[in-house]
Amino acid sequence: MSLATSFFHDANFLDVLYIVAFALFIYGLSGLTGPRTAVRGNRIAAVGMAIAVVATLLQRQEGNWGLIILGVAIGAAVGVPAARKVRMTAMPQMVALFNGVGGGAVFLIAWAEFRRSGGYHGTALYIAAFSVFAAIIGSISFWGSNIAFGKLQELLPGRPITLGAAQQPVNFLLGALAVALGVIIVAGSHSELIFILMLLAAALLGNAVVLPIGGADMPVVISLLNAATGLSAAATGVALNNPALIVAGMIVGASGSILTNLMAVAMNRSIPAIIAGGFGGGGVIEGATGAGEHAGSVRSTSAADVAVQLAYARLVVIVPGYGMAVAQAQHAVRELAKALEARGVEVKYAIHPVAGRMPGHMNVLLAEADVPYEQLKEMDDINPEFARTDVSLVIGANDVTNPAAKTNPGSPIYGMPILDVENSHSVIVIKRSMNPGFAGIENELYYKPGTAMLFGDAKSAVTDITAELANI
Amino acid sequence: MLLTNLTILVLAGFVGFAVISKVPNTLHTPLMSGTNAIHGIVLLGGLLVIGLSGNGALNKLLLVIAIAFGTINIVGGFLVTDRMLEMFKRKPTAAPKDDEQ
Repeated sequence: MSLATSFFHDANFLDVLYIVAFALFIYGLSGLTGPRTAVRGNRIAAVGMAIAVVATLLQRQEGNWGLIILGVAIGAAVGVPAARKVRMTAMPQMVALFNGVGGGAVFLIAWAEFRRSGGYHGTALYIAAFSVFAAIIGSISFWGSNIAFGKLQELLPGRPITLGAAQQPVNFLLGALAVALGVIIVAGSHSELIFILMLLAAALLGNAVVLPIGGADMPVVISLLNAATGLSAAATGVALNNPALIVAGMIVGASGSILTNLMAVAMNRSIPAIIAGGFGGGGVIEGATGAGEHAGSVRSTSAADVAVQLAYARLVVIVPGYGMAVAQAQHAVRELAKALEARGVEVKYAIHPVAGRMPGHMNVLLAEADVPYEQLKEMDDINPEFARTDVSLVIGANDVTNPAAKTNPGSPIYGMPILDVENSHSVIVIKRSMNPGFAGIENELYYKPGTAMLFGDAKSAVTDITAELANI
Repeated sequence: MLLTNLTILVLAGFVGFAVISKVPNTLHTPLMSGTNAIHGIVLLGGLLVIGLSGNGALNKLLLVIAIAFGTINIVGGFLVTDRMLEMFKRKPTAAPKDDEQ
């Protein structure tokens, strides 16, 4: 018994467990590169996590088991039902929330460690530095993620909330304040007040960075915050000398950075420009001036007309956007596609990298509605096909189809790669009203001669079309 | 110790870049929620620090909250990713399913 006990507490054995754990993370994540291996990959990573937790529990010296069980029980009681019940359309805010609690855990641990050690008393300088870094980034991530959650859940207004021209100086000052206070602590201050002020400055910065960001930029923000939490976890790992934390945190940091960059490239916007606050006020006004001269030349159509057009098409490309998610229309869209396919119409889906509110948002929704993976086309694959497309059916997507991104250098989205729906023979746009999208930019596509608008809620409009189709 | 940890840090960053850059756009949401679950590993930090001596009542409270947060992050993250990925598997019949309707 005692032999077995000592073996399980042996430092080398525990290190081996950690190595197994992060090997499983890496192996599991590499499984996420394809839809067939992805489920297994995720489960392998989860097994790695379980091993890391067990190794940590074996390593512990002191008691407090009751408190650990309490914390885990609360976490499980909150996390499991949330993950089970969340709608696929609400996935962005769920990810934001989970990301936020991760950041929250990071700064709380740093704070507790600061208090426990009497203000990093007798702690190596580098450990204090990594711990303070984790505290600042964790606090930013916690508050930023919560604001992102609030915006996506519509607890807060989705439009940018800014301080105007003062925003950037304020952000800069808050960031500089948090760093300065952090430096004071690392330099040897044991004052908890300074530590708390540092956390507060970081918290305010988290709020100040995310509040001005509009809904359309959310994919970038969520992946950026994800990367931030990963990096702060890695810093916690260095501070606590825990290799599993370092590896896992860095992998998340790297993946979050890659995704953030991909999103920013897909919008032709720099990451600093997005963080600096929404679509700049000037750009929106310039884009909006186009509204007056176009007004009135929009062609409205009916579900019956759309059904006829679709029924006699050879190739229909469906372009989904956030509007489809809001209306929960993915199943209705799939039904329409099935009805069209039954008539011999070829149906494809054009997925813009930033359609929706998080990377790959549309893919998840369409997968939920059983749309075959092969029909989901990425932007570069589908764009050449629009020229031979009879009807492009735009469902709740706006900015990602706006030709102004190519033609109008004054537009705030100028240079953003778009889906070339205007090249198809005709375009049908399902939209609730003529209100411009989140970015507040007028879409020239709606005024083109080949475009017809079908006004209404995405779900009921698509359902109506499917019903009309049955009558033809 | 610092040098070893920094080495691990840098190498892990490169591994992360190498592994993740191969993931197709379609799987970006599950990737994000999967990696999101992985940073819940900060739970280990909570478990370690609560096991050290010198934690007062407020510290214990902070750490219990941190452990609860970490658990939410891990359990919720992996479960929700699993749910999402199951949908990407090809299904033999397109049964209209689930809690959405």
